[in-house]
Amino acid sequence: MSAYHDLVIIGGGPAGLAAAISAREAGLTDILILERDTALGGILNQCIHNGFGLHTFKEELTGPEYADRYIRKVVELGIPYKLSTIVADISKDREILYVNPEEGAVPIRAGAVILAMGCRERPRGALGLPGYRPAGIYTAGTAQRLMNIEGKKVGKEVVILGSGDIGLIMARRMTLEGAHVQVVAELLPFSGGLKRNIVQCLDDYGIPLKLSHTVTCIHGKERVTGVTISEVGPDRRPVPGTETEYACDTLLLSCGLLPENELSKNASVPLSPVTGGPEVDDRLQTAVPGIFACGNVLHVHDLVDFVSGEAELAGRNAVEYLRGNGGSGTEIPVLAQNGVRYTVPQRVHAGVTEGTVTVRFRVGDVYKNKCLCVYAGDRNIRRIRKRILVPGEMGEVILKCEDYANLSAGQTVRVTLED
Amino acid sequence: MDKSYDVCVIGAGVTGSAVARELTKYNLSVCVLEKEEDVCSGTSKANSGIAHAGFDPVPGSRMAELNVRGAELIRSLHKELDFPYRQNGALVLCFAEEDKPSLQALYERGVRNGVKELKILSGEEARALEPALSDQVVAALYAPTSGIVCPFGMTIAFAENAADNGADFYFLSPVKNVKKEKDGYAVRTPDHTFRVRAVVNAAGLYADRIHAMVSSEPLTVTPRRGEYILMDREVGDTVNATIFQLPGKQGKGVLVTPTVHGNLMVGPSADDIGDKEDTETTYAGMAGIREKARLSVPGVPLNRMITSFSGLRAHGTTGDFVLGQPADAPGFFNVAAIESPGLTSAPAIGEWTAREIAGYTGASENRNFNGSRKGIPHVAEMAPAERAALIASRPDYGRIVCRCENVSEGEIRDAIRRTLGARSLDGVKRRVRQGMGRCQAGFCTPGAIAILAEELGIPEEQVTKNRPGSELLVREDEI
Amino acid sequence: METRELICIQCPMGCPLTVTIDGDDIRVTGNTCPRGAVYGKKEVTDPTRTVTSTVCVQGGEIPRVSVKTSADIPKGRIREVMAAIRALRVNAPVRIGQVLLPDVAGTGVDIIATKTVGEKNV
Repeated sequence: MSAYHDLVIIGGGPAGLAAAISAREAGLTDILILERDTALGGILNQCIHNGFGLHTFKEELTGPEYADRYIRKVVELGIPYKLSTIVADISKDREILYVNPEEGAVPIRAGAVILAMGCRERPRGALGLPGYRPAGIYTAGTAQRLMNIEGKKVGKEVVILGSGDIGLIMARRMTLEGAHVQVVAELLPFSGGLKRNIVQCLDDYGIPLKLSHTVTCIHGKERVTGVTISEVGPDRRPVPGTETEYACDTLLLSCGLLPENELSKNASVPLSPVTGGPEVDDRLQTAVPGIFACGNVLHVHDLVDFVSGEAELAGRNAVEYLRGNGGSGTEIPVLAQNGVRYTVPQRVHAGVTEGTVTVRFRVGDVYKNKCLCVYAGDRNIRRIRKRILVPGEMGEVILKCEDYANLSAGQTVRVTLED
Repeated sequence: MDKSYDVCVIGAGVTGSAVARELTKYNLSVCVLEKEEDVCSGTSKANSGIAHAGFDPVPGSRMAELNVRGAELIRSLHKELDFPYRQNGALVLCFAEEDKPSLQALYERGVRNGVKELKILSGEEARALEPALSDQVVAALYAPTSGIVCPFGMTIAFAENAADNGADFYFLSPVKNVKKEKDGYAVRTPDHTFRVRAVVNAAGLYADRIHAMVSSEPLTVTPRRGEYILMDREVGDTVNATIFQLPGKQGKGVLVTPTVHGNLMVGPSADDIGDKEDTETTYAGMAGIREKARLSVPGVPLNRMITSFSGLRAHGTTGDFVLGQPADAPGFFNVAAIESPGLTSAPAIGEWTAREIAGYTGASENRNFNGSRKGIPHVAEMAPAERAALIASRPDYGRIVCRCENVSEGEIRDAIRRTLGARSLDGVKRRVRQGMGRCQAGFCTPGAIAILAEELGIPEEQVTKNRPGSELLVREDEI
Repeated sequence: METRELICIQCPMGCPLTVTIDGDDIRVTGNTCPRGAVYGKKEVTDPTRTVTSTVCVQGGEIPRVSVKTSADIPKGRIREVMAAIRALRVNAPVRIGQVLLPDVAGTGVDIIATKTVGEKNV
């Protein structure tokens, strides 16, 4: 008979750590964190820049410092974890197979599971960038790991495609380490990165950001020798005649993050086609009972602070589930409409009169002077004026449970934009 | 420095490696010269990976004979040499009533070539077999003996087994000159001169240049570029069989196929180009294959693309393989213009060529030849208990480096340490699939660089993607 | 009189600020909270930044330790500070918060470790 743990958390990054701590603080003893890397902390270990923790700790920390606070707490609380341990499989009945060098391949069972595997970067191949396939093409996160963890240099003359936050951060990082970042090209007419990063990573160093531009050819048979950048039209297709050649030895890609849910699929967890993450209810429980999700595996966040908050909720709810307080009430779908691309959670429970639920969302385009409106059935329960809404910044709206407590099956909560 | 061998094989692609392996079945000393840093670095590395049934070539051609024989050999060799192969069958789709006679002609051609179990299906029958097929399909030729093979796995297996049976491989050894001498040939590379009795010209795209060094007979090889799109393994079961299109009014058509590793692949395009190194992918090429693939399988999940690549076929002018000795160069054996079904035919080309050379040199059979070879274990595919036992003996099999394809550190080290081991990131990738998955080496590149550097005893800054000049990192003092 | 357009970075709002400089009189508009006004003024008079990087660790369980300036430094001195960080070599173990280089480049600000790096197990 395989070993049993009340709660198994897959991933020891910011989400997994915060979930473990909150579960322990809610009184749960038997917790196990499984982490594939050689250290806890996840991607924060390579995010050596500052700007983390303003919401959680009211101070500005670097990634490793932010991670350290959670790691120390996990150690202090004596929560068990395994490093260099990859989860090879998980079933809907919460049977897990993990693999590591010390123990081999070990099947275990869990009372509840929290998915906290994070996300991955969209690679060159998935972008369909034409040209050769030489050395010197890196996703921004891979370059970040090579530089900040391994202490390596990845290139001298750099072009960056995509203005996601990691790309912006790496533009500054490579500049400070002596490389020359020539340009950041962005396919969309706006950047998906945080304002702060555009100011402090590009503007500070005079690195141009070319919106509505993309790489249309990669040159070089051994190492990258250059790229062609073209302007794109409103259809996002390259406009002939706008090609500019850049001689460079490195192309960094920061073109989007994808929640990493291959394991979730093994466990038959239904995913949202919009977020790429599991569809969850207001308890962050997936459609498979006892399996919860939080952090970037659920939906890609901009700020780790929000990941921590979300993970704490998942941890507490997993404990409630284990105690048999799985919750009751009618499940009501939350619909994202009229410019709102998605919401998390995608379902809430009616019939509860106490407490609040934080609904996070993203919009699909840049919107100015709009109202974010929430309807419970036909009744407007929130109306918040927003000067600006951009796809790169996740929004949130806090709902009082009592506002939709009277809804019955067949009715919906709608999150929408209005004038 | 002078070196002396009985036979020199120029080129360590699938054909050169197959010939080399077959040559070691005789008492002949064999060297293989390869211009790149690894085997399987040209045409062999980027193709459809199909073990064709053999209905396509013109009856009576060398292609027809060697395709059918090659397919038969692969069915047994994949077990003997432990490379991935699956007989998944193939369908050739016919979209118009007026093209049905051409489908019938293809059927008859296959029968004449000796292909077994061929059958003409109606559109409904084809869709019953492959529900993802288009409604526009009116008939199809079904060839159950068609298969899919890992082109890297097969080439590496041939080469490794040849080396284990005594063939010497020289990498980064481009042939600069071949000169006819009294008793054979002198083959010159930057480092050595090889004095040999017989030469095998398996130089792929460059076979015409090598040929011209010794013969005045005409031989032209032009690069014909084919672009491919590879999709995530999660959609690998979109079709089970390899889906071809009958050459018709839409041109030659593209195929939709699962790969032997479970991905879905579409392609190739066909562009005749001038540059023998031009493996670019293009907007037009990718758009073309997308459009054509949708004709066969309207729902082909192209949004699940994980990479695109292009390969160059060694296209000849005769419509057939160019095999054997030119009249003016005895002892110089061409295996040239090996385009589709070249991969399938390779073992048969090897068999035939080695027999010819044995005859030419009067070599006897090598009784010590050991034709079997065991591949690198795929740890993730083992049952948990078996996996645990292996990890207990070698803990590095329990450290997963490539999480998309589930490749352990142990497998990567094996890939480097083996006979003709990997010397580059691409070499590792082709042997154990590290970096072949959906993140396309995003997560595992740092780990793989570190392991390569350690195993090869070089600084990480000298680790390459493939040939020299493709270094992945820059030195601290360069910046 | 000079006018500068800035984007406030004090929170994800990213308010577009207009800073009007007329001698000593500096006015900020476009901000939606008091922090925006403070940021706008500071950015045109005394812009400062935190610098983060990594430092080579000798005998450490990992090759680099991440570091930061213990406080903001003047924006114009980033390159000098980076040069000092690049030249720095430290020995393991390193504790998070440990001062690795006091008064970097005469700024009065220290370079401190943002991570703990233990000694390599031999």
